[in-house]
Amino acid sequence: MKHDIIEQRVGLLGVLTAIVISVAGLVEIVPLYFTGQVTQPSAGVQPYPALELEGRDIYLREGCYNCHSQMIRPMRAETERYGHYSMAGESVYDHPFQFGSKRTGPDLARVGERYSDEWHRIHLNNPRDVVPESNMPGFPWLAKTPVDGSLTGRKMRALRVVGVPYTDADIAGAAAAVAGKSEQDALIAYLQHLGLASKQWEH
Amino acid sequence: MTVFWTTWIIVLTLGNVLFALWLLSSTARKKHGDAAAGPETTGHTWDGDLAEYNNPLPRWWLGMFYLSIVFGLGYLVLYPGLGAYRGTLNWSQANQWAGEMSAARVSGDRIYARYAAMDASALQHDPQAMQTARHLFAVNCAQCHGADGHGARGFPNLSAANYQWGRDPDTVIQTITEGREAAMPAWGEVLGDNGVRQVAEYVYTLSGRTGEPALAREGQALFATYCVACHGQDGRGTAALGAPNLTDTVWLYGGSVASIAETVTKGRQGQMPSQGSRLTPIQIRLLAAYVTGLAEESNGQQP
Repeated sequence: MKHDIIEQRVGLLGVLTAIVISVAGLVEIVPLYFTGQVTQPSAGVQPYPALELEGRDIYLREGCYNCHSQMIRPMRAETERYGHYSMAGESVYDHPFQFGSKRTGPDLARVGERYSDEWHRIHLNNPRDVVPESNMPGFPWLAKTPVDGSLTGRKMRALRVVGVPYTDADIAGAAAAVAGKSEQDALIAYLQHLGLASKQWEH
Repeated sequence: MTVFWTTWIIVLTLGNVLFALWLLSSTARKKHGDAAAGPETTGHTWDGDLAEYNNPLPRWWLGMFYLSIVFGLGYLVLYPGLGAYRGTLNWSQANQWAGEMSAARVSGDRIYARYAAMDASALQHDPQAMQTARHLFAVNCAQCHGADGHGARGFPNLSAANYQWGRDPDTVIQTITEGREAAMPAWGEVLGDNGVRQVAEYVYTLSGRTGEPALAREGQALFATYCVACHGQDGRGTAALGAPNLTDTVWLYGGSVASIAETVTKGRQGQMPSQGSRLTPIQIRLLAAYVTGLAEESNGQQP
């Protein structure tokens, strides 16, 4: 019985199993790491400035991605509402990317400059003050909590290791850039930054 | 995608298909020679006498698997799946999207062409045009101005009789296209608490209400010094500057003495984002007709 050779040797079984289950990944994932379309930023895409970067971390902390995607699919119904479909090169500085998988609320990939800062402020404190039908929870504590800038520079340095081109000056000025700002300011700065690069090539 | 990675994908994908084909056909063959010994078993025995048959796969199942391999190979010929190879149909997500968009543009252009020939009041009386406008409003405007256009504190009520930046069609079109930045300075430090109270009291009386006459009289003098440049001698405002008319019943940030005092103290920086890059000129004209139509409707209802 030939299969006895495999069945009776756990190590060999493990190795062969690993080979079989890695084929799809080797075909679909590995080549992407070496494809410019996925690894090079789209025109106009810049690394997040310090305040936007802190805002992004608040976005992650509060779990905004549970209800908001940042991925406009190439379908007319989506591009008519949100703008040009998302490009891979727009997410190269996102570690991890915020594509999301569920839309209880609208997609946010191009929400930047769509509403005023004041709208965001009211909306984050209590969404129903501006959108009565909304079922989004309020986040009133963000306005009262100052941003902790002590780690901002170190976050940027860590991101530089994985390829985000922050300069030494960016890192040195990071703590000062977020000093005195509330978490709400940071989150709004992040939201107002989303999708701005696409304005260059959208039309 | 480079030649190397295309080759990598092709070799792994087709190699995998060939491997599956070999595995299936080799295990499907009936073993000859020991038919007398009864059906073959895998050789394992559990609980003393429990064995497992090692029969070939059923024909129908095997046939389905071969069919799925044929389907898969056909797919890889027609559609992109092998690295840089585009497939004989030349299909791509972007092409499909562009096709959808141009098909919609053809039918949309026909509808919008009809609207383009109509003026604001004709649009307002055309049910189909207003239906289109309602949809555009729901997607692009309702988040701030409300689903019914009645706004919220800090976000203008579009059914109001007066608009901060003017209500004639061309002005509304400009407001939508380019956006607006209002800039009321903060007067708290200049006027002091008392001065703010007096001005607020005077502004309160401008719309025909009675406040405290003594305070209002003091406030009038301050108003003449600090406020008239934008809001005018009579308080009717200057639409071109976005300085609101203070003599009507439309209040963007509230019309109580306390709200007015807060506005005077802190100033206001209302901002309407520009929509010119998101909407076409005809869509903007439709929306302008729609929102000014809202205003006329509610004027008609008011006694």
